[in-house]
Amino acid sequence: MRPTQIKMVVGIGVVVGAVVWLAVSGFDESKAYFKTVPELAAMGPEAMGKRIKVAGDVKAGSLHRDPYLTTFDLELEGTTQAVAYTGKAILPDTFKEGAKVVADGRLRDDGVFEAKQIQAKCASKYESGVYPGGPGGPGGEAMPEAMRQAIERGESAPEGHASE
Amino acid sequence: MADLGNFALILALCLATYAVIASVWGAHSGREPLIRSGENAALVVAAALLTVMVCLDVLLVRSDFHIEYVASYTNRDLPLFFKFAALWAGQAGSLLLWSSLIAVFTALVILQNRHKNRGLMPYVVAILSTTSLFFIILNLFVTNPFDELVAHFADGSVAPWAAPDGKGLNPLLQHPAMVIHPPTLFIGYVGFVVPYAFAMAALITGELGNKWITLTRRWTIVPWFFLGTGILLGGNWAYQELGWGGYWAWDPVENASFMPWLCGTAFLHSVMIQEKRGMLKVWNMILIILTFSLSILGTFLTRSGVVSSVHAFAASSIGGWFLAFLIVMVVFSLVLLFLRLPQLKAQNEIESMVSREAGFLFNNLLLVGAAFSILWGTLFPILSEAVQGVKITVGPPFFNRINVPLGLGLLLLTGIGPILAWRKSSSKGLRRNLTVPSVVAVGTAALATFTLGVKHPYSLVSFALAAFVTTVTAMEFGRGTAARARNTGESWPLALVRLVLKNKRRYGGYIIHLGIVVLFIGLTGKAFTQEGQFELAAGESAQVGRYTIRMVRMEERNEPNFQAMRAYLAISKDGRELGYLGPERRVYQASQQPTTEVSIHSTLTEDLYTVFASPTPDGRKGILQVWLNPLVNFVWGGGVIVCFGTLVAMLPDRARRRRLEQMMAAEVASRG
Repeated sequence: MRPTQIKMVVGIGVVVGAVVWLAVSGFDESKAYFKTVPELAAMGPEAMGKRIKVAGDVKAGSLHRDPYLTTFDLELEGTTQAVAYTGKAILPDTFKEGAKVVADGRLRDDGVFEAKQIQAKCASKYESGVYPGGPGGPGGEAMPEAMRQAIERGESAPEGHASE
Repeated sequence: MADLGNFALILALCLATYAVIASVWGAHSGREPLIRSGENAALVVAAALLTVMVCLDVLLVRSDFHIEYVASYTNRDLPLFFKFAALWAGQAGSLLLWSSLIAVFTALVILQNRHKNRGLMPYVVAILSTTSLFFIILNLFVTNPFDELVAHFADGSVAPWAAPDGKGLNPLLQHPAMVIHPPTLFIGYVGFVVPYAFAMAALITGELGNKWITLTRRWTIVPWFFLGTGILLGGNWAYQELGWGGYWAWDPVENASFMPWLCGTAFLHSVMIQEKRGMLKVWNMILIILTFSLSILGTFLTRSGVVSSVHAFAASSIGGWFLAFLIVMVVFSLVLLFLRLPQLKAQNEIESMVSREAGFLFNNLLLVGAAFSILWGTLFPILSEAVQGVKITVGPPFFNRINVPLGLGLLLLTGIGPILAWRKSSSKGLRRNLTVPSVVAVGTAALATFTLGVKHPYSLVSFALAAFVTTVTAMEFGRGTAARARNTGESWPLALVRLVLKNKRRYGGYIIHLGIVVLFIGLTGKAFTQEGQFELAAGESAQVGRYTIRMVRMEERNEPNFQAMRAYLAISKDGRELGYLGPERRVYQASQQPTTEVSIHSTLTEDLYTVFASPTPDGRKGILQVWLNPLVNFVWGGGVIVCFGTLVAMLPDRARRRRLEQMMAAEVASRG
């Protein structure tokens, strides 16, 4: 190899090495285990002290909002985890009872999960949810009798196609 | 309407299939009429898909709630503008927009090349049509926008049903930036298919010269421009609408759009080495394959739900299809590339570390390195789960740690690149060109430290490099203008304009560089953000930086679409009254979803950004979150300058057309 090529290879090596070093050293400080509520429960004492993102639904009736400490229970597949949110940022708009939530924080000794950050996805945000004045959406629950009668009376044209 | 739409989709399916077969067969057997008929079929595909879009929009605007898509994304009270834009609010409609854009691009390429590049064209058409075929199949069989709404009865029976009203468009999407952001991004994603198709056609036909690169220059810069603009619009929307005070969060979906942009940027630069020096031919092929694969991967990540994201698209079965398409495409491209490797030997090699070539090479290395680090971080949850069975995620600190130094390295190269000569720079020339910019850079750093008190090393480096690049670029403009004014006797302003118009690609590129510098200054402002949370009763005030915020009152009001509560805030800086801000908290009727409407006092140097979180439980006070974000407007301003530079670079270029014509003539001569 000629000197220029050697220099190029060294230069490239230095850049690649720097990127890899940055990636490896930056990895530990920002990594978090992603667990669902039952998976977190299954971890047992092993979960203590680790940074964890735990995913579940906010249990209905468990949400207590307070400007400085919001507490709620996360629930998934029958397992429940108490969460205390101590972060400073305002909770997202989509955060409410029944919402799908990812809480980012650590499990405390008293068994409460202390979250510094909350990401919320509202279940009705894009795809599912209920039509105003209608029964459950596609794949939803059974249609109420009154609605069924309304449809049979032809009030919302059950089989017509507006285009024709 | 729905039937017409479905009919047009089926027509598009048949004709796109025909276009692929006719083009390949025609090229194989050398039958020009067959190739032509394939092209005509592809033209009709575009018309058919546009018809499908019109059908869907008519249904949306008419609020035909028989159709599931219409009922899912609109309601009766939704303003007309948003009903129209709801076309791309959901998955089926987005994919339709994708396929239509590909088909339209295909049509444009065909019309452009009716009498040119006849060797490449059949394969270009075949590859473009295959891609649109894939999306048409998805639209027709996997996620059809014309699916009817059905009701499920208690006894288990199912019947078509029209909802009395729709679910409404997500209130967060009811924002002008959000209306243009998706189509802008899509043009970017989709557009890279054109240079990709030309690259593949070059590999198939063995016409491996610089022709595919010269032909697709504009077809590369257009999607690059739209992708970049789309990313910035997305950031702008997040900033104004989401209420967390920022515009970028390294969310998987953001990353998905950023990766192809980085690789596209690398491609735009490295093709110049091939044009000038006949080097890096394989690398350019790899870059365009990478860019287009990352576009498809982006769609896959966005649409499959494999990585959790704040962009709550529903997890759906469509991910598998994209993965399959991606794998087939990558394998196909790499096999082709491998078969042609012997013909892709470089005509030259790098002669010096201090050369334009080396500069571009390192630019590529940093851009692709950034793209890979982002890919790694984005896919890590999936990889770690597959390998170790534990899902591990990484957050913004990981991405910042890698990308901030890489970005600064790129900024440095932006400054050095233009003064490096091809082949080898003389050390004397370098010294002459680097002295002034270096002095300005050091001076700027010193000024920032002593007068503004900037201490953070990265910020200092960033400001210094910004000054460095600006000086280099200004000197380039100055030197060129001076030389022209001297030679032609033109006045300086006229000489400047003519200089730029004479060499649009070069000076357009420099303007883009300046835009990037301004954008970097804006990004650096992030390091100086201040924030605070306050509970204020009427008459009470709080202090953020030099600003004072006084709560005047809280007020409720009702709108047809939503209920709102607004906090009236009086703002002053250093005791001087500046006016009022009115952040709101809204609850939309259709979705019962609360949203915050931020209120921003925006100046060139800083934004005072206020969010009304909620009233306190007793209703007496309002909880406010306030950010002081310096230099945010530089981010958007930089974007505007980049747009302008891109426009200059894209203007028709007489010299380029002459080059192309010469190339065509040479081709004809060599055949004749």
